[in-house]
Amino acid sequence: MEVVHPADLDEAVGALAAHPQATLLAGGTDLMVEVNFDQIRPETVVALRRLDDIQDVSRHRIGAGVTFRRLESGDHNALAQLARTIGSPQIRAAGTIGGNIGTASPAGDSLPFLAGLDAEIELHSTSGTRRLPWDEFFTGVKRTARRPDELITAAVLPEDLPDFQEFAKIGQRSAMVISIVAACVFRWRDGRTRVALGSVGPTPIRARRAEEMISQEADPGPAALGEFARLVSEEVSPITDHRGTSDYRRHASGVLARRLLERCLSS
Amino acid sequence: MTVNGEARACDVKGSESLLFALREYLQLTGSKGACEQGECGSCSVMLDGELVCSCLVMAADAHGSEVVTVEGLGGSELHPVQKALVDAGAVQCGFCTPGFVVAAAALLDENPAPSSDEMREALAGNICRCTGYGAILRGLETLVGDR
Amino acid sequence: MTTRVRTPTVRDGVGVSTSRTDGIPKVDGTYLYSSDLYMDRMLFGATLRCPHPKARITRLDIGPAVAMTGVHAVLVGDDVPGSNAFGLESADQPVLATDLVEYWGQAVALVAADDPETARLAVEAIEIEYEVLEPLTDPEEADRRDSAFHRARCRRGPQDASGAVVVEGYYEVGMQDQAPLGTESGLAIPDGQGGVDLHIATQWTHVDRDQIVAGLGVDEDMVRVHHAGVGGAFGAREDVSLQIHLCLLALYTGRPVKMEYSRAESFVGHVHRHPAQLWMRHEADPDGTLRRIEARIIIDGGAYRSTSDSVVGNAVYHAAGPYRCDSVSVEGVAVRTNNPPCGAMRGFGAVQACFGHEAQMDKLADALGMDRVELRIRNALRRGDRLATSGQVIDTSAPVTEILERLRRMPLPDENSSDDPRLLPGGTGLTTSRPMVKRGVGYAVGLKNLCFSGGFDDYAEARVAITPFGVEVHTAAVEVGQGLGMACAQIARTVLGIEDVVVYYDDTSKIGSAGSTSASRQTQMTGGAVMEAARMARQIALERGGGDELDGEGVWKDGVLVTPMKDLVGRENIDYHTRFHHPQTDAPDRNGQGDIHVDFAFAAHRAVVDVDQELGLFRVVQIDTVQDVGFMINPRSVVGQIEGGTMQGIGLATLEEIVVEDGVIKNPTFTDYLLPTFLDAPPIEIEVIEEPSSFGPFGAKGVGEPPTVSSTAAVVAAIRDATGLELNRTPVRPEHVALGSRQPAVYSDC
Repeated sequence: MEVVHPADLDEAVGALAAHPQATLLAGGTDLMVEVNFDQIRPETVVALRRLDDIQDVSRHRIGAGVTFRRLESGDHNALAQLARTIGSPQIRAAGTIGGNIGTASPAGDSLPFLAGLDAEIELHSTSGTRRLPWDEFFTGVKRTARRPDELITAAVLPEDLPDFQEFAKIGQRSAMVISIVAACVFRWRDGRTRVALGSVGPTPIRARRAEEMISQEADPGPAALGEFARLVSEEVSPITDHRGTSDYRRHASGVLARRLLERCLSS
Repeated sequence: MTVNGEARACDVKGSESLLFALREYLQLTGSKGACEQGECGSCSVMLDGELVCSCLVMAADAHGSEVVTVEGLGGSELHPVQKALVDAGAVQCGFCTPGFVVAAAALLDENPAPSSDEMREALAGNICRCTGYGAILRGLETLVGDR
Repeated sequence: MTTRVRTPTVRDGVGVSTSRTDGIPKVDGTYLYSSDLYMDRMLFGATLRCPHPKARITRLDIGPAVAMTGVHAVLVGDDVPGSNAFGLESADQPVLATDLVEYWGQAVALVAADDPETARLAVEAIEIEYEVLEPLTDPEEADRRDSAFHRARCRRGPQDASGAVVVEGYYEVGMQDQAPLGTESGLAIPDGQGGVDLHIATQWTHVDRDQIVAGLGVDEDMVRVHHAGVGGAFGAREDVSLQIHLCLLALYTGRPVKMEYSRAESFVGHVHRHPAQLWMRHEADPDGTLRRIEARIIIDGGAYRSTSDSVVGNAVYHAAGPYRCDSVSVEGVAVRTNNPPCGAMRGFGAVQACFGHEAQMDKLADALGMDRVELRIRNALRRGDRLATSGQVIDTSAPVTEILERLRRMPLPDENSSDDPRLLPGGTGLTTSRPMVKRGVGYAVGLKNLCFSGGFDDYAEARVAITPFGVEVHTAAVEVGQGLGMACAQIARTVLGIEDVVVYYDDTSKIGSAGSTSASRQTQMTGGAVMEAARMARQIALERGGGDELDGEGVWKDGVLVTPMKDLVGRENIDYHTRFHHPQTDAPDRNGQGDIHVDFAFAAHRAVVDVDQELGLFRVVQIDTVQDVGFMINPRSVVGQIEGGTMQGIGLATLEEIVVEDGVIKNPTFTDYLLPTFLDAPPIEIEVIEEPSSFGPFGAKGVGEPPTVSSTAAVVAAIRDATGLELNRTPVRPEHVALGSRQPAVYSDC
């Protein structure tokens, strides 16, 4: 096995161009589980942990190499909230947002945040840089539109950021748990609202009918909030597995979305 | 890499973890493996100043890094965390203990006076099956003193 | 001649919270667990396991694995030189399956290779084909087909007794894993003369040895089992896992062989707590006096017997709980299926029974309009009463009423107004804010038989030697972390008056069995043996030294040191070896009657739980407990056992279940088999009642299991209290609370 430690971005994408089958290693918190469970035996590894070029974080751009530990404190309330729920302190110190995006697990905790904000995923290769909207990037369960020669370099957030943002995640225990349902709600002062959910479909889900309905409500009352929750529950497409039933996920999606919206409205 | 302040080299065969390398190549068996997926914290070490699960670090990626394991914490005397855990009866089977020692020492380095809830959250990545955590909390609280 | 007054009490004797001698090596990382063992030239073992819950092996070709470089042995069932069968209570499981495979993950072949990676690759290289067969996985169907290991019953008193108020219920307990943090591991070293030394994390070295020699087909003295550092046990290490496999590989290759299971392999490598279904019916007078208890219990033993017979027996004997009742009918069955084999786990049948009888007691209290604790007190067992099931007179401390009285007097936690998510259901997931929370309080009380029951010849050997260098205590008992070594040393110190005591864990060739580290028995059994041996050693010392008192300086007479230690044992050690038996018990008669159990301990829990009912999330705010402990030889260890045992019960109430679908474990990892974290752990307030037991050293009772028996039931009772839901299954899942409880099954005849 060969390990490449690229000194900069050019070296990193150069290595990917030379070894299209190479395995990307960032924090290792997903990859090493597969290695330890003997599910993959990488031949070439491009190690990104010390790649400085993807470590910057600003209000509109989050470098792929930024760890969740760093994201626990930052500009974006929902991002900090979700970062705190990821794994354990040990996991957050190693795991990166780029890794979370690249793994594209249905339970990836940062995905609802990116989906709700209509973030773009920035990809870099020897042939240049491209940005894909999140819904073009995430194509299925652990499947993305990233080409083997591309490196995820950042999540790019839009100029128009919401005035209020809230995240919540249901797991069966109080910490270190994979979500049964995760949700992000964003609200602007003009009423525009977005809601995105994780673990209730193969990729993050936007409840667009619910968004449309509640965005018309300047000051939603109990009936509107109830309708919002009902629509969210309708729009998700969860499965039943050993972590939770589809009925429960559907129910909890609506409840969580409503609660998060209430928090946005009361802040 | 540097392990516990000493330059150490080992011949990594493939994608094995840092935990495997520490235990099998360097005979540092203080770090324990119990889940192979970062869910128990028994293999906690400091890697370049960050608390991580060594089972989730590819050994080859630790090349040039600085690693501190439970064996490197105390020196000639016990680290205060080690002493506090023994004195509080926080050690039963002890399999989780090295991980707790490293994680608690990292917490106290960063925040010398954590509240009990801060300790519980900061150590939520370390599973103990024997104690129910009560004695561990009591032990660590003695290091914080009156707040 | 020295004339001084003898030191009245020895330091660090019984009743003191001494520090464990293995404490420092355990915190500094130098303590050697079985997985830390290493030898030059050692090989690494790995196991081929069947991926079907039921199948017939139609082709098995080890050739490709044998041909690999670095592979030293590939063994199949036909290579087992002795009997290809093992089992804790009866040898019904093949060491390696040869034809029929009866559960998912059953061992089929073994490999020894130069390194773990080669061993794994060699396992993959073995060519094997199966004819997949239809598994039997439904316990009720198994019962109907009479696919059963054992049926147990208790029938006592008039069978037509009745009460004015009747409650019925159906309950389910999920399959819990012991999840010791150290997975199965060990090192077998051939002695070059056809024998082998096995260093292993186990709970009972001698019974391992007996099963190994049967498999190897060698004499008993050819195998020596040494207990290596144990990373927790809780019942998971009572059955053989890799013991025989390691010895087979070591003898075949002539080299030391090490094996260590991964977590996923560990989930199929040891037995689990039996999942249970319970149908119960309680009848009482309007004043709450219990008149009739009926129960039917099915536990799923899985594919092989292990201890299923004893567990279902225990579930039956504990089905009525710690209550008086003179008309009882309980039927229990341990069914045989193609699910993962189940056996011992802390609480051993009593946990399942308690979940049922305590839910029934709450239901009954509600039906009577009575306070739930009051109803329990009205029916509480007292010393001298008969156990409702077996009819035996309770001839030990039985402070059930006092336990309940003290528990309800303990202060309740304050209503919490904090919005800190760490103190709310859902935790840092931020699901819940304070106004959505409703608080519930639940009580449960249980009992646990101590030591082995039912006429089993339960004994422990120990040897105590007074030497010029101090006292040696020798035992084959296994220290699994509970602090047995400390307790033995403390007992020896107090009896002998000598502070300098070292405990040696002998291998199976040096001393006889101490019995298993299970059934809450070692403090009473090995502790009892140490006490007996120490008393005899003291007697010999006094006779040899011509005095009336002994301490570290020697033998004293009338306050004068008459024989200093160097003279007392300078030429010859004082050495006493004993085999301690507990009082005889009976095998049950056909109605399950008799003096079946030698001792009992009692405990109760009160759980306070905050529930977010809309999302089905809950958080145990606090759990308080009062336990009957006899006498605390080491108070800090007792507290540690109560806290840890309580937490495992909370785990079963809130999180822990091995999910099995069609015989396949769906969650054999710590990502999906969730154990309580530090943030899930509530404060536990503990009170103990020290009323001497009938036979334990200094009146001590075993303390390990009672805290696990009633904590699960208390937590679920608290969730019911907060929600008004039926919640007849544990662990409680969010969907049960948010979307309503499972429908209770129709009550069937007992």
